[in-house]
Amino acid sequence: MSLPVSNLLPGGYSRFLWAWLALAGSLFGGRLSLAGPATEAGITAARRVVKIYGAGGIRGLEAYQTGILVSPTGHIVTALSTVLDAEAIDCVLDDGRRYQARLLGADLRRELAVLAIDGENLPCYQLTTTAPRAVAGTRVLALSNLFGVAVGDERVSLQHGVIAACVPLRARRGAHEAAYRGDAYILDCTTNNPGSPGGCLVDWQGQFLGMLGKELRAEPSGIWLSYALPADEVAQGYEQILAGEPSRDPDQQNDGRGYDPRLLGLELVPDLLDQTPPFIEAVLSDSAAAAASLQADDLIVALGSRTVSSQRGLRQELARLLPGDSVQLSLIRNGEIIIRDLGPLPPATDNGEEVLP
Amino acid sequence: MRRGHQLSPPSTWARILPSVIGLLAVMPAMMPQTAVGSDAVSPAVLAAEKLRVETIAAAAKTAVSIFAGASGGGSGVLISPDGYALTNFHVVQPAGVAMQCGLNDGHLYDAVLVGLDPTGDLAVIKLLGRDDFPAATLADSDEVRVGDTCFVIGNPFLLATNLQPSVSSGIVSGVHRYQFPAGTILEYADCLQVDAAINPGNSGGGLFAANGQLIGINGRASFEKRGRINVGVGYAISANQVQNFLGVLKGGRLADHATLGATVATSLDGRVVVSDILESSDAWQRGLRIDDEVVALAGRPVRSVNGFKNVLGTLPAGWRVPLTYRRAGRPTEITVELAGVHTTAMLNDLVAGGRGQAPARPGQQPEPPPNPLAPDPADLPEVIRPLYEPRVGFTNFHFNRIELARVIGHLATRSADRKSTAWTYQGSLAGGGRFEIELADQSARISLPTGDSRWEPAVAAAGLPAEAGFDASPPGSGGMLAALTLWRRLLLDGSTDDGRMIYWGQQPQVNDDGTPGSLADVLELTTTSGQARFLVDDTGGVVEVSFTLTPTAEPCQVRFSLPADGRPCWEPSKITVDYGGRPFATFLVEKHAS
Repeated sequence: MSLPVSNLLPGGYSRFLWAWLALAGSLFGGRLSLAGPATEAGITAARRVVKIYGAGGIRGLEAYQTGILVSPTGHIVTALSTVLDAEAIDCVLDDGRRYQARLLGADLRRELAVLAIDGENLPCYQLTTTAPRAVAGTRVLALSNLFGVAVGDERVSLQHGVIAACVPLRARRGAHEAAYRGDAYILDCTTNNPGSPGGCLVDWQGQFLGMLGKELRAEPSGIWLSYALPADEVAQGYEQILAGEPSRDPDQQNDGRGYDPRLLGLELVPDLLDQTPPFIEAVLSDSAAAAASLQADDLIVALGSRTVSSQRGLRQELARLLPGDSVQLSLIRNGEIIIRDLGPLPPATDNGEEVLP
Repeated sequence: MRRGHQLSPPSTWARILPSVIGLLAVMPAMMPQTAVGSDAVSPAVLAAEKLRVETIAAAAKTAVSIFAGASGGGSGVLISPDGYALTNFHVVQPAGVAMQCGLNDGHLYDAVLVGLDPTGDLAVIKLLGRDDFPAATLADSDEVRVGDTCFVIGNPFLLATNLQPSVSSGIVSGVHRYQFPAGTILEYADCLQVDAAINPGNSGGGLFAANGQLIGINGRASFEKRGRINVGVGYAISANQVQNFLGVLKGGRLADHATLGATVATSLDGRVVVSDILESSDAWQRGLRIDDEVVALAGRPVRSVNGFKNVLGTLPAGWRVPLTYRRAGRPTEITVELAGVHTTAMLNDLVAGGRGQAPARPGQQPEPPPNPLAPDPADLPEVIRPLYEPRVGFTNFHFNRIELARVIGHLATRSADRKSTAWTYQGSLAGGGRFEIELADQSARISLPTGDSRWEPAVAAAGLPAEAGFDASPPGSGGMLAALTLWRRLLLDGSTDDGRMIYWGQQPQVNDDGTPGSLADVLELTTTSGQARFLVDDTGGVVEVSFTLTPTAEPCQVRFSLPADGRPCWEPSKITVDYGGRPFATFLVEKHAS
């Protein structure tokens, strides 16, 4: 992927000048600096942004991130991450009020989660699935809980930049590949700092444009990406989670992400980490796994003679088999290794959604 | 919470980045021609663009590129035509007392270290050879708002080998940020956060508002996975903190920061309460106790622990500031004198940067490596040598002499035609009754409705200094007669120039309504029996004398209401005396003679 630099519109330049125009107009006003659109739009947006504290705190895994209020009663959209993998998720509003949040649901494909706090009349953005896309060259403000520098009623940080492009996301971090492969805004400012995921992107009129993404590198080049999920995608993810629609990844079967173990009747624990261990969460009835008497909490450690240490690894090892090959799993249950045969591998199809139980 | 990092001089690898920086720097200038034909641009836009270019060009003249040879270097910014410039402590620490500084006029100037504030990461240096240096104006940084346009000028990655500094622009990302210290130094309290690029080498340089005024000194950034390269998160020491310390630093002192002698914590219901307090602290003396809620400090509301640290972290040790606390719902306002975070010995060790810690080899005396901040004057360049004078507790005592002479000279403008006859004052007390005061060379006398008091040097005949034997008379004042005697001597004789008087720095004078006023110069005189501090306002008038008989005694504070018309300052219309923060008496002067 090459960034379409030629898409930088000339319009971006004249917007750049607003501040100096304002200064020219206010030279004799005695005001030290410029309270202009950036200040107004930034402060208005900041009231709708929350600081989120959850799990983490060890090297490379921060225990904090950012979220955006999207309903007056306290729905918050944020990035799906290990921060949310906590018993207690705390949200601190712009005015310093602290709430405990619960996880309403997650959209694994967009890596988006919805939290809920018990609020009333909270400032928020109204999400709409028909939100227009911003064009490349749009000047933007990014608000986030970067580096956790703001605490209590201290305001989240404000950064400025330009949308460089709106292109399909191809990103990863180490072994973790971003599930979302739809359009994303690529930004020219550094918004992939610790704590930034889930942050808020607005234009200089304060219009909500999107949610800041995670700390990821571009797949083709390896450079760190600063990107945001466009507002319409945020809205779609939010609505799907509210509607209780199961989170699906339509690309799962055909983009090299491996073979879905659900085809064998295995529901694994949520895959939130780079190396989530392949623990069985549930066994679907009338499945090969049920027939082989697999149980919840079994840990899969090998497929045939090949060891497996992560869910991703399991999916990839399954994908090495051909339909009809026999599937033999080694499991740890109550400290003992047991071996089970699940019979022939069912074929994967191009559209995983249709065959999911 | 993550700690930002100080921007010490870049290593060699970082020098591969200039192309990126250079491109960023020239892009705005290129765009009018390439992106928008100049014919199509409205005159207002062109005027704004011209103003922007001129503002940056003017500010760039004040930018100092500091080179310290193998030790690295950094940035600075000029703040006066006679060459005083601000930079970071961590920039000059390896550079030492003598350094070379470049301006964008293409010239290198010798510069000498003046003052250091290791806790606040500030330093003042003085460039030599001109009295018409271009200088930036310090702004009121509390006026800065999130979203304001700002720009940074400095020497990132030490690129300015041609003495042309780099410019980056951005917006203010956050105000009143608190960044934890490293140990007890390099604390960034109440600082500004910007997304204008601040990289290693920008340290010590200026952060400017869009109108070209100086709002901060860059010195720190949050870094993450890319290494020591800007990620849109830089921090600057606020101009207002600089103002608080500027007097201390220009006076060649080794500045220390304030502590309340108490810690605070957030209570379960979100209030900021005292969690621990030293019984030796002034705050304890004034009545502050554990579990009291701290409501305001130094005139600023306290709403969080960070907010408390933000206020305290910007204040020099020794300042007296108002503090409001609430107990059982009832607010109380007190004035507390703030102690220092460090002892002089600790500060000396800190600026030496841990030198002298080399392990001793058997049979060998450990030889401490030379401390560039405390050099042997003989090793200094010839041009610097007469401008450097070591003294314990000072960065460079030479500049204390300069500031002392300046204030004494300033004083003389409001104490001309002074007579060494006895000075007498008569009038009424605010609480009723008459008073009379007589001040002479070797005696002082006061008549009050409660009785008369008299002071004479106890052992003047034995050849001891005349102030030997100062006492706390009149009773209950803590030493009002001593304070007035020393005040008269200062106005008559100026400084004794025997090293007992120093220039202390600046601290806020107290307005008539008790609120903190504008900054006044402070002279400190240490006598054989007691210490006096004189506050001199910007007209050269002495507005306050505080006298402390012993180091643990409470101060007697004498405030003078001076005639507004610039008449001599020994003709106060009102004299207000407090002892230990409580009112002693207010003297309304009706008649005086001198």
